[in-house]
Amino acid sequence: MAERTPRRPRRRLIAAAALATGVLTGVAACSPGPSGESATSAKTSGPVSTDPAKAGKVTLTVWDQNTDQGANASTEALNKAFMAKYPNVTIKRVSRSFADLKTTLKLALSSANPPDVVQANQGYPDMGAFVKAKLLQPVDRYAKAYGWDTAFPSQLLDLNRFSPDGKTWETGNLYGVSQTGEIIGVYYNKAKLKSLGLPPPTTLTGFETALAKAKASGLQPLSYGDADKSPGIHIFGVVQALAAGKSEVRKLVFDEGDAKWTDSGTLKAATTLRRWADKGYLGSGFNGKSKDQAVDSFGQGKSLFLLEGTWQSAVLAPKMKKNVGFTALGPTAGQPPVTQGGEGLAWSVTSKSKHSDVAGAYIDFLVNKNGMKAAATHGNLPALPPADYKPAPGTVDADILTQWKAVSEKDGLLPYLDYTTPTFYDTLTAAVQELTAGHLTPKAFTSRLQSDYSSFQNSR
Amino acid sequence: MAATAHRPTARKRPAGAPTREPVRRRGRVIQWKGYLYALPALVVLTVFLLVPLGQLVQISLFHWDGISVSTWAGFDNYTEIARDPQLRAGFLHSFVLILFFSVIPIALALVLAAVTTRAGRLRGVSVFRAMIFLPQVVAMVVTATAWTAIYAPDGVLNTALRAIGLEAVARPWLGDFSTALPAVGLIGTWLEIGLCLVLFIAGIGQIPAELYEAAKLDGAGAVREFFAVTLPGLRGQITVALTLTVIAALRTFDLVYVATHGGPGNATSLPAYEVYNRAFGTGQVGSACAIAVTLTAVILLLTFLITKVQPQEDET
Repeated sequence: MAERTPRRPRRRLIAAAALATGVLTGVAACSPGPSGESATSAKTSGPVSTDPAKAGKVTLTVWDQNTDQGANASTEALNKAFMAKYPNVTIKRVSRSFADLKTTLKLALSSANPPDVVQANQGYPDMGAFVKAKLLQPVDRYAKAYGWDTAFPSQLLDLNRFSPDGKTWETGNLYGVSQTGEIIGVYYNKAKLKSLGLPPPTTLTGFETALAKAKASGLQPLSYGDADKSPGIHIFGVVQALAAGKSEVRKLVFDEGDAKWTDSGTLKAATTLRRWADKGYLGSGFNGKSKDQAVDSFGQGKSLFLLEGTWQSAVLAPKMKKNVGFTALGPTAGQPPVTQGGEGLAWSVTSKSKHSDVAGAYIDFLVNKNGMKAAATHGNLPALPPADYKPAPGTVDADILTQWKAVSEKDGLLPYLDYTTPTFYDTLTAAVQELTAGHLTPKAFTSRLQSDYSSFQNSR
Repeated sequence: MAATAHRPTARKRPAGAPTREPVRRRGRVIQWKGYLYALPALVVLTVFLLVPLGQLVQISLFHWDGISVSTWAGFDNYTEIARDPQLRAGFLHSFVLILFFSVIPIALALVLAAVTTRAGRLRGVSVFRAMIFLPQVVAMVVTATAWTAIYAPDGVLNTALRAIGLEAVARPWLGDFSTALPAVGLIGTWLEIGLCLVLFIAGIGQIPAELYEAAKLDGAGAVREFFAVTLPGLRGQITVALTLTVIAALRTFDLVYVATHGGPGNATSLPAYEVYNRAFGTGQVGSACAIAVTLTAVILLLTFLITKVQPQEDET
């Protein structure tokens, strides 16, 4: 032992030194990620061929997030129709749920053989990052060739625009178009509302009055469950849209101007939400209840309201038939509604796609009149409702269509708040849980959001 | 290694055996042929473990969103761990989990093992063992989903509490800031106790029966016997149990991913969850790697400290 001790550390030392040298050389030699300008092999500009039939034998790989029943059915029908129309094109569809797509798309896009068409989420965290890394190509030339630039209202197009460096949203190149629309609104139980002697609410004040009246009569005012964390963004967003107004919310999320999350409008929204929680409007134990449980309890008629996205109509309509209505709130009576929402994930073409013209034609197939119609017939809300799409009166789908038209055509669409910064989803969802549980004052809540915001602004 | 040095080799060798002195002296020179045998294992280890580990360390020194050009960060990502209260809290949470994953299960399992062995021959011991070991076999996602249902506001636990008049205690266990972390921890206790118990029962079987007889003759009671015979005899098993459960506590990910998403607020955020979230969710790959490196270092350090508790070979 005594003779061996001195030797072993020395040998270990040599090994450690060798390892360290190796690691350091590696570190110094290359940095992770692409080095500087990435050369794109395929052409991303020039004239467009709008006839895929002339493209020869093509396999188009498409990544979408249409795993919900209705969305899946319409995508499958359209893919089939496209392949029937152009037998030379084979569509290889990869469909993942929203969360799975969000976590795997980055890896897929940065690989050597990315898919041709992908659904990219709007906002700085996803589309902005992809554009910055030059993984998506501008589709302005297809927009012109297929007339998307005139068919879509500008606020829907702007959501899919980014400056070429990915740093400024809502301006610059168009990086995709969307097939469906969605807004967050108020689902109400018609029979329960009638028994309270109330009309469907149209403003935030009216909504709060109804909440109070329901509570007083012993009825659960709102079904709310935030264990999944995402519903927190929706409920806060809806309140903020009305309390702070559309121009302030847009400034905050699109990062235009010098609006702050600590400004009075957002503070008022936080105070309102906290009051709802304190008064028991949100029920008890909401931070331990899942989103599905909340939707389910509203569907069973256990509460008056549900604040949710239009996508829940497919779940609620079969259960509640014509007893469920949908509305979006406006800032004051008589003004058009303003709410959170947007369009489905944008259909985008990747930079490395070898068949970008076919990809463009495919996207047009999804978003042209026929594509919108297919989406509608399978129970989705088309971004551009065709003139002949008329859901049966009295159904929740009819309400949703009316509200979507009112919101999207009268400039009432506000972006989801988690688009704000790459980490905003985490910051906001955690903060909402703390605010509603009484662990964070409205003021501390707003400064938490602002600190995430300003560190993002400084890093850009 | 140290134990061999304490024990003079000559004493163990039969008298007629040739002395190994010269060989030992040559042994100090590196025997390259020996490494040749280790080569296949070394290659596998390098390709699948050391290279990724090196990349991990490398990426942790950069600011990188996962797709675009990265920038040199130096030790920024590491200092961030010290500065960011949320990350610090994450590490703190995992130390709380050690209490639930290691300390409580081991203590309980020791008591249960001691009681079980005193019961003498039990019928169906193997069935009993298999049942208590079952949580280890069930996939973590299944476990987490089942426990989420138990802890839900209208779940089994609250229903039971209300049934016996403890309405005031009922709460959304995973949604309450004060109970979420202990609730997650208790799932860990449930998971690990079987592993510890099986280890200890096997260990007690290896303790020579004479020791127990001697203790009895000396008039030792059940408690005295436990501390004088059983506990020292189980030191090896306790070390193994500690190592396994501490690692399980520190690398907990799936439990939190399924049951709470780190919520409410950040009450159950853990380093391993942050690694995943930052790498795949928020595009902070460099920071994710720095947390992973730190977590690895913490685990290595703790495992090293635990092995210090291990009995020397010559004591057994």
